[in-house]
Amino acid sequence: MKEIYFNADAGYLEGVVRGYRDGLITKPQYSNLTQCETMDDLKLQLATTDYAPFLQNEPSPISTSTLSARCTDALVAEFQYLQQNSAEPISKFLEYITYGYMIDNVVLLITGTLHERDTHDLLEKCHPLGFFDTMPALCVATTVQDLYNTVMVDSPLAGYFRECLSAEDLNELNIEIIRNTLYKAYLEDFYNYCMACGEPTASIMSEILNFESDRRTVNITINSFGTELSKDDRSKLYPRLGNMYPEAQTRLARVDDMDQVKAILEQYSEYKTMLLGVNLNASSGGVGGNELSLEDRFFIKEVDLNKEAFEQQFHLGVFYAWLRLKEQEIRNIVWVAECISQQQKDKINNYTPIY
Amino acid sequence: MSTYVGYARTAFSSIVLLLAIWTGLYLLLTGRGERFNVGGYLLRISPYMWGLYGISFCIGLSVIGAAWGIFIAGSSILGGAIRTPRIATKNLISIIFCEVVAIYGVIMAIVFSAKLGAVNSEAGFSSSDYYTGFSLFWGGLAVGLSNLICGLAVGVTGSNAAVADAHDQQLFVKILVIEIFGSVIGLFGLIVGLLVTGKAEDFAGVL
Repeated sequence: MKEIYFNADAGYLEGVVRGYRDGLITKPQYSNLTQCETMDDLKLQLATTDYAPFLQNEPSPISTSTLSARCTDALVAEFQYLQQNSAEPISKFLEYITYGYMIDNVVLLITGTLHERDTHDLLEKCHPLGFFDTMPALCVATTVQDLYNTVMVDSPLAGYFRECLSAEDLNELNIEIIRNTLYKAYLEDFYNYCMACGEPTASIMSEILNFESDRRTVNITINSFGTELSKDDRSKLYPRLGNMYPEAQTRLARVDDMDQVKAILEQYSEYKTMLLGVNLNASSGGVGGNELSLEDRFFIKEVDLNKEAFEQQFHLGVFYAWLRLKEQEIRNIVWVAECISQQQKDKINNYTPIY
Repeated sequence: MSTYVGYARTAFSSIVLLLAIWTGLYLLLTGRGERFNVGGYLLRISPYMWGLYGISFCIGLSVIGAAWGIFIAGSSILGGAIRTPRIATKNLISIIFCEVVAIYGVIMAIVFSAKLGAVNSEAGFSSSDYYTGFSLFWGGLAVGLSNLICGLAVGVTGSNAAVADAHDQQLFVKILVIEIFGSVIGLFGLIVGLLVTGKAEDFAGVL
């Protein structure tokens, strides 16, 4: 029944976001991009895409970081257009999407302050989608209690902070724990919100969020090898959702090396195909040749899931899916740009094509 | 807050139910059960009332269906046309399909209202007049409901058509075929409405 009243609030925005989707770079455009010899060529090629207005006023030797920043500006401009034109159910949904970026910004600022970096530089590095009013004040916090009482209590993330308050001081490990605990609480809350939205939003978002949760679980497991994080604490960081919750998660909490992780992942048909021929020890982008790392495989899988969200109409998942695809596209452009500027043309095809 | 609203609603509905049971039992146990006479009540309603209700359902529901469909399709066309303006003109066909539903309603309302007329007879309504009233009511309701559903169906498919057309031009005709099937539902209602009222005479009274 969603079909008959969904468009009252979201019909226009859904049309707009599908238009944005059609603006994503396609395969022939990618192959043009990868044939560029210099950054100027790349800029010229990008002038035929949606990024053109954001790049045309940049002085000519364009650096990869500026390119990335301008592309992010394009993404933010589109997202803000959606936000400004949204009414209740979608505006809340879009807000939920920004919480993820807020968490990243909070962690970035705390880590930066810990290393005594300049506040101004840090604020510039923050993702513009994750800005909130009290954010600049984060730089003064030195303990977790401080952080909560002065800054977080007024931010939308206040509710997610409940489980972090047990940590005493801010050191590298605790910041990572805070990030993952916040993200866990955020994912669970977002998941519950999507479930409350009713079909078909619920089924589409649950697939995407379950995957996201599984990916985080695997990443937390892999990243905790060789650190002082105890196995008990590790399992506390796993989001309580996903295809691997709870059975595989309890087993993942006890593993010690990559091969065991792989053995657990292989029991899931959707991840088994993903793992075929994957080089477990490769970093993102591959060590050379066409080997892909686990991270890249996860990106490919994510792109597939997000593309599926566009197969149905009258649901909120398209907004989330479009943002994820656009982010992946920016990662691709930056990858191509890096390869060109560092003369590593043999790795240039290791991006994740979308359409 | 919402729990109090819930309690209040439960209390109110149980009081209403209690009163209804009490009245029913009171009438039954005091030997006046025949007062609760649905058939008699329906027959006491004037055939004009039936006929005019039918006509207003016919036009009212049709227009609701058409308007609803237009807004479902229209908002998607609007959104899709931001990036691909070419879809706007082409997809007006969906809006027209929805509009047709309202026109069916208008036509049927005109046909039905032709059967209305003043009854000057001293003896009141004849049984033929009652038949006309009932058939106008149910005919009008059939036309109205089928047009309402038709409008929704065309609106949803029209919205699909707009979105698909914006993505890939070739899909437009394919979805348009589905849309035509949806718009035929309204035509079915129109035909049935004509058949139901076909044998009804004009209002004349007892001759």
